[in-house]
Amino acid sequence: MNVARLIVSLAAGLVFGFGLALSGMLDPSRVRGFLDVTGPWDPSLAFVLGGAVLVAAVGMLIVRAMSRPVLDDRFHLPPTRPVDRRLVSGSAIFGIGWGMAGLCPGPAIAGMAVGLPASMIFLAAMILGMAAHDLTKPNVAAPVAI
Amino acid sequence: MTIADFLPSLLGGMAIGLAAAMLLALNGRVAGVSGIVSGLWRRTDTGPMTSLAFVIGLVLGPVLFLAVFGTFPKIEIGTPLWLLALGGLLVGYGSRLGSGCTSGHGVIGLARLSPRSMAAVATFLTTAVATVAAMRAAGLS
Repeated sequence: MNVARLIVSLAAGLVFGFGLALSGMLDPSRVRGFLDVTGPWDPSLAFVLGGAVLVAAVGMLIVRAMSRPVLDDRFHLPPTRPVDRRLVSGSAIFGIGWGMAGLCPGPAIAGMAVGLPASMIFLAAMILGMAAHDLTKPNVAAPVAI
Repeated sequence: MTIADFLPSLLGGMAIGLAAAMLLALNGRVAGVSGIVSGLWRRTDTGPMTSLAFVIGLVLGPVLFLAVFGTFPKIEIGTPLWLLALGGLLVGYGSRLGSGCTSGHGVIGLARLSPRSMAAVATFLTTAVATVAAMRAAGLS
C-alpha cells in the first residue's frame, strides 16, 4: 500500500469532481440540451470537453518527456490496438444510455454528493450494467482504464 | 451566449484535464472513471484502494463546490425513471464493453490522439445525439 499514490488518487478525484460540478456536467438537463441538436441546442458544454482535452494534452507533452511517473516505475497506458467491434458496439450502447439519461459515469458518481433519488436509480443501474459486463466477459476486461 | 454561460464550463473542463494530467504524471494511471470504478471489484495490479480513493475524491468534488459557492450545482432530471434505469444499464454495460467512457476516451484518449478513442467518441456522440432526437420526436423529453 503506497500512501502517496492514495493521496494523489484522492486529490485527482477531488479536482475532477469539482471540475464536473463547476462545468455543468452534473446537470442532466444541460447535458441533454448539449446533445439536443434538433431542439434548442445549448453548445456551452463543448467548452468542458475543449478545456479538458486542452489541459490534458499539455499534460501529455509533459508526460512524454518523463521516463516514468513520479510515484511508479512505469506508465500504465492502454495498449495500442486497432478499432474493433467491441469498441464500436460498446461506445454505441454507452451513447444511447448517455442520451437517454444525460448522465455518464463521472457525474453519476460525483452526483452522490447531492443525493437526488433519481440520480441514485441511475447510479445503481449503471453499477449493475458494469458488473453484468465484467461477470459475463471476465477475460476481455482490459487491465487498465481506457 | 455570453461569457457567463461558457466560462464555468471552460474552467470546469480545465480542472478535469488537470486532474487527468496529474493522475498520469504522478501515478502513471489513466483517469477513466468507468475503468477506475470497475477497479473496485476487478482484480487489478493496484488493488481496490486507489480506485476507492479516487471515487471518494470524486464524491467530495461537489462538496468542495458547496464550500466555495455556498450551494450545490444545479441538477435537473426530466427523464422518466424507467428510462433513467435503462440508461444506467446501457451506460454501465457499454462503457465496460467499449473500454471507456466520456473521461477515458473523451479526455485522455483524445489528448493522446488515440485512434480508438477518436472512434469511440465519434460513435457515442452520434448515438447520444440520435437518442435525444428520437426521444424528442417521441415526446419523451
